[in-house]
Amino acid sequence: MREIQLSHGGGGVEMNQLINQLFFRHFGNEILLRGEDAALLPVSGPVAFTTDSFTVSPLFFEGGDIGKLAIAGTVNDLAMMGAKPEYLSCSFIIEEGFPYADLARIVESMAAELAKSGARIVCGDTKVVPKGAADKLFINTSGVGTFPLPEQSRGISVRNLKAGDAILVSRDIGSHGACILMARDALQLGSDLKSDCTTLWPQVEALLKAGITPHALRDATRGGLAAVLNEWSSASGVAIELEESAIPVCDPVRGLCELYGFEPHDLANEGTMVLALPAEQAQDALGILRQFNPAASQIGVVLASERHKVILNNPWGSRRYLELPQGELLPRIC
Amino acid sequence: MCLSIPSQVVQLHPEDNCVTVDTLGVQRRVSCMLLEDPLQVGDYVLLHIGFVMSKIDEEEAQASLESFRQMVALMPKQDILPC
Amino acid sequence: MLTLNDLFQGFRQPEVIRALAAQITELAKDLPEPLRVMEVCGGHTHTIMKYGLHQLLPASIEFVHGPGCPVCIMPKERIDQAIELASQPNVILVTLGDMIRVPGSKGTLAQQRAKGNDIRPVYDPLDALRIARENPEKTVVFFAIGFETSTPMTAALLAAAEAEGIENLLFHINHVLVPPAIHAVMADGVAKVNAFIGPSHVSVITGADIYLPIVDRYQVPVVVSGFEPVDVMEALLMMVRQKVEGRYALEVQYSRAVTASGNKAAQRLVERFFETREHFRWRGLGDINASALRLRDAFAKRDAERHFALNQTPIDDHKACQCADILRGLAKPNQCKVFGRGCTPTQPMGSCMVSSEGACNAYYRYMGIQ
Repeated sequence: MREIQLSHGGGGVEMNQLINQLFFRHFGNEILLRGEDAALLPVSGPVAFTTDSFTVSPLFFEGGDIGKLAIAGTVNDLAMMGAKPEYLSCSFIIEEGFPYADLARIVESMAAELAKSGARIVCGDTKVVPKGAADKLFINTSGVGTFPLPEQSRGISVRNLKAGDAILVSRDIGSHGACILMARDALQLGSDLKSDCTTLWPQVEALLKAGITPHALRDATRGGLAAVLNEWSSASGVAIELEESAIPVCDPVRGLCELYGFEPHDLANEGTMVLALPAEQAQDALGILRQFNPAASQIGVVLASERHKVILNNPWGSRRYLELPQGELLPRIC
Repeated sequence: MCLSIPSQVVQLHPEDNCVTVDTLGVQRRVSCMLLEDPLQVGDYVLLHIGFVMSKIDEEEAQASLESFRQMVALMPKQDILPC
Repeated sequence: MLTLNDLFQGFRQPEVIRALAAQITELAKDLPEPLRVMEVCGGHTHTIMKYGLHQLLPASIEFVHGPGCPVCIMPKERIDQAIELASQPNVILVTLGDMIRVPGSKGTLAQQRAKGNDIRPVYDPLDALRIARENPEKTVVFFAIGFETSTPMTAALLAAAEAEGIENLLFHINHVLVPPAIHAVMADGVAKVNAFIGPSHVSVITGADIYLPIVDRYQVPVVVSGFEPVDVMEALLMMVRQKVEGRYALEVQYSRAVTASGNKAAQRLVERFFETREHFRWRGLGDINASALRLRDAFAKRDAERHFALNQTPIDDHKACQCADILRGLAKPNQCKVFGRGCTPTQPMGSCMVSSEGACNAYYRYMGIQ
């Protein structure tokens, strides 16, 4: 088959062919292949549960594609609670006429990303809608995770930041957002920049196994670093103080921001983790994180304060608030 | 008045009066319609909304940077420590 | 060997900024009167606020924010005209990014786009040519905004359209000029400005000499400054030195980019297509003679204002909006009653809050800490 047709979502012969040839082939595991109406999960005890839908455009970009995002995004939401990603559902909404080769490429990419956490897709759904009713491809993934290291993950919550905690980032910020902006024709830019899209469970697992007890973890997706830190300061009732010079930003992201008047802390990430943890654990945590990416850094501290704001100190002694980004991200010009 | 930042010319496209410039690893093709003299690879330029606005005077830039070096060297240390 | 990084970081070095701050503070002790310096350009307002330069200066130096934000000074009726144009059948309205968020009397271009009108924000004016080429059955209107920095780019777009014979590209011209705005601020008299930071990139195009009449007439220092924090601090030092020595003169701090006479090729291109309008109504400053441009008669066929019968009735701002006073340097954004309350960057009542060159926007983003 060259293109996905309406019949591929019809519940009949064509849909079964698609499911067998593509989805079962790449995602196959004993639960999925049972083909029941619902997956039975052999889980006991507390579980984490999350969902996310993916509508990124363009579908393919440097460093990833919508499929990789769909897996990493949901798996990371689980990992950010200290939960091991175990079982995912996956729903596709496909626009009639979508190239089969692209779908295959995306599914292969998803399988590769699943392998990084060991999570498995155990149920799914396929819909095909008429041309124009969807923009090429939308994917929804929901995920269930368990808690293999409950002692270490017990205290993780947006409400749990404590005065004195260190704020860390696992790598340089803004790559995914910058990459997507550059991939859009409108800006006509070229660079070597790759999205940071990746599964974060290995890093979280390494931290928890080493006895680190984070107070909060978050992957800095839409809204970037600014969004995460503002949500944390508000939910925990604290202030957060950052040193601008300590925030790692790679050259192409800096270049894009200079060219168009953006700020790196407003740009989305899909594989960059922000951490709040007890100050005395910061050095050990950085040691572990730097094995995954040398740019891991401490960027600030948590302070007790009546004003639950995020403060940015610049290198010459001036300060300002880092606010939640507002509105559509348009380049500054004149 | 408007955002314009320094970039370096990395490739010439004389056939359509454009150059490719690099800004910290981000590259863009921009028009030279507003310049009289042709650019060379390696020149530093100021960009504005897709056009090269002017060449940066490297000697003046160096002179400025040198004057800052001298100024900092002459300042008593306590004046330039953070407040 | 000069590197690209030198051109960025070299003019953001913390020790240089602190050293300049120390020198300014010391020298300012001998100022004969407080320095009320207007930074004309909205981009300079943002540099000062974002980098917290005002936090490093003594109380005897006060910034008076100028009208150098081409989106902010556009009266509501001209924004409504953009919406009128976009609502015409078979019209594609193309404009530079910021414009689509600016409120007219009945909403923004972004809201019109959500209703289904074809409105396309671009970064590069030449994209308008491509859109016109790709849509020969439509009329593409380029809503041109900006001070002297951007006018040559519109002129280049015109030249390209003429050369290629692209007939379906029209223009709505809102290009304005800096010197008349400065004269209007000084004629007003109320802002009590006694020094100017000259705009960086307007001056790259026009040359610094266009400010000589201002120096002569008002006997105030004008220092043309670059955009980086070191540039602005150095320009302030030069200004304070003039005042302390009892001088007033035109000086160029931004010597790596600004010359006395500017970019002649760009100026010639502008001259070919544009002439000065007799009048233009500015938000806040009112009607200013010879302060804006329009297409020459030879290019009347490309003038959207002549092609479409657009409503020219002046429309006042919302009663609570104090943009007018802020643009004239009479009030600071945080003195406006609706600042941060009824008026925010996502729900703006006036364009000063939504434009990235607007003083209100700069205060909202960077002054919260004060």
